[in-house]
Amino acid sequence: MNKRFEAYSFPDATGHFGPYGGIFVAETLQAALLELNLEYAKAQADPAFIAEFQRELKYYVGRPSPIYYAKRLSDELGGAQIYLKREDLNHTGAHKINNTIGQALLARRMGKPRVIAETGAGQHGVASATVAARYGLECVVYMGIDDVRRQAQNVYRMKLLGATVVPVESGSRTLKDALNEAMRDWVTNVESTFYIIGTVAGPHPYPMMVRDFNSVVGKECVVQMPEMIGRQPDAVLACVGGGSNAMGIFFDYIPHGNVRLIGCEAGGEGVETGKHSASLTAGTPGVLHGNRTYLLQDANGQIVDTHSVSAGLDYPGVGPEHAWLKDSGRAEYVAVNDDEALAAFHRLCRTEGIIPALESSHAVAQAMKMAPTMSKHQVLLVNLSGRGDKDMATVAERSGLQFFCRASCQAAAESR
Amino acid sequence: MARTGSRIEAAFARLVAEHRKALIPFITVGDPALATTLPLMHELVKAGADVIELGVPFSDPMADGPVIQRASERALKHGVGLNDVLACVTQFRTTNQITPVVLMGYANPIERMGLDVFADAAVVAGVDGVLVVDYPPEESAALLAAMDSRGIDTIYLLSPTSSAERIKRVAMAARGYVYYVSLKGVTGAGNIDTQEVGRKIAEIKAEVNIPVGVGFGIRDGATARLVSEVADAVVIGSRIIQEIESSTPENVIANVGKLVGSFRSAMDA
Ligand SMILES: Cc1ncc(COP(=O)(O)O)c(C=O)c1O
Repeated sequence: MNKRFEAYSFPDATGHFGPYGGIFVAETLQAALLELNLEYAKAQADPAFIAEFQRELKYYVGRPSPIYYAKRLSDELGGAQIYLKREDLNHTGAHKINNTIGQALLARRMGKPRVIAETGAGQHGVASATVAARYGLECVVYMGIDDVRRQAQNVYRMKLLGATVVPVESGSRTLKDALNEAMRDWVTNVESTFYIIGTVAGPHPYPMMVRDFNSVVGKECVVQMPEMIGRQPDAVLACVGGGSNAMGIFFDYIPHGNVRLIGCEAGGEGVETGKHSASLTAGTPGVLHGNRTYLLQDANGQIVDTHSVSAGLDYPGVGPEHAWLKDSGRAEYVAVNDDEALAAFHRLCRTEGIIPALESSHAVAQAMKMAPTMSKHQVLLVNLSGRGDKDMATVAERSGLQFFCRASCQAAAESR
Repeated sequence: MARTGSRIEAAFARLVAEHRKALIPFITVGDPALATTLPLMHELVKAGADVIELGVPFSDPMADGPVIQRASERALKHGVGLNDVLACVTQFRTTNQITPVVLMGYANPIERMGLDVFADAAVVAGVDGVLVVDYPPEESAALLAAMDSRGIDTIYLLSPTSSAERIKRVAMAARGYVYYVSLKGVTGAGNIDTQEVGRKIAEIKAEVNIPVGVGFGIRDGATARLVSEVADAVVIGSRIIQEIESSTPENVIANVGKLVGSFRSAMDA
């Protein structure tokens, strides 16, 4: 049925995924993107670059990450068998490091001594600060001022790693505004600076490049699943903020037409309440951050505030490749609410001894919803994109506790 | 491509005959309030504006510095959108048929309204040009066609980093005038190097046969004067917005008029 995806080769030469993607930026950035495009193509064709990337993934990140059979959870649910791709076991605790290593190596290759990044939850900021320290690059991280407060512990981690964290006070003061600010920095300091975008968004070549660097996740799964169960899973699930961990695990499965691909967006307090971040489920196409994709916007075309219990999914757009995978029917997208994600978070803690990131908990929740409706012989593979250490304060507060570290970390984060 | 019979073309022809250069002030519609925009537009003309650039508020003005971002945020607080911008132009045209009006903004509000709906409304309102910051020629064939068929100029940017190849590309698509961004950076950043601007304008003029304006970073009469010696038009944005910010509702019109007048006299001196 899915024959037409066997020779999938998006994006096209101009960076489009069907009607999505592209390079929607001011003239001031065109030269920089052209240079990046050429340099990335050269790097991809250079065996030495690929070898170094793979060496770093193995010895610095700890790849390959294992797939873990969540037997107790599966037995409790009484349906499909659930397997977890353990990106939470990576150095720095999430899939984000796969991409930041790739881009930092590219920055070094291009002779850029300074890297900048945007961050929401702080995971991408931490991953960027980490690789900057590892390769001796200066690092500046832009972060919405509201997120600086929400994610104080990660702010402190970035500072320990030697990065400068710049709180962004413009717009809605969250991830999208941090991205705007990072772009403004880049356009001003384009000669010395490499912009490490943290998800499969932004202008071409970013959506492709970030996907490529993260696609190691799916590449490993395509080999690991047959080793473990003799075949590929029936469905692959991943949470979708900008969509990098989802593209990472989906990409090599796209030609496997019998494997369902299910992206789990943040339903927040419920899509019907308007307080959510489910761009593919409830948004409409438009142009933001250099590409055309599904957006959460009002009748005037202004980008609206989003909501999610997980800061990493709190983004009003989504990578353009997901927009294309949705329209073409190759992938399905669902919204998972805050409460469902939190319930999945606690259940995974108690049944498997794994504390997942709140972002990843959205994908776990969807698997928990689907498993009981499926047979015991079916298999769900969930991308456990990160670990939940960073979410202690949020979860504790939701449970009515004041987490002990909140105040001290906040103080540490706010002092320079 | 010069478009015969357009207000923009007529304005530049008049200036050439008078041996003067165009002064193009920029204001954001709805800043400080929607009711202020129309009187501000008339005041700009009185103070010597040859073309008016009207900013369309957008929630994510990625190419703008803090000053114009704040203008956008103030306008958005009043819920000002593309419809209000078009209504302003309609009202302006009831008494002014001469001064060209160019809308400057981002792609998403236009796409949300729909390209053809917008193009029809713009021509009815009396809009003369459209500059969509995040629509480079490669991504705006549809806009260009929609505007061309209705006689509205699509205005494009060039920058210090534009290669010879890109200058050629923009030269093919550009209508009305070309807007040269004189800085690496966002609107309102730093000060410009007028010698460097002169060199790049010469390179652009070899390819582009319509007027070339310069904007971003022109903050005083002396700089405007120097730029007007090498370019056909001088665009003043952030400096005017700052004047709006530091004024009261009572004196904002007069203050902006005085400021724009000072740029005019410096350029004509
Ligand atoms: C653990 C984890 N998963 C997922 C995400 C969402 O990003 P993406 O959709 O790009 O994978 C984040 C972002 O911070 C994250 O930290």
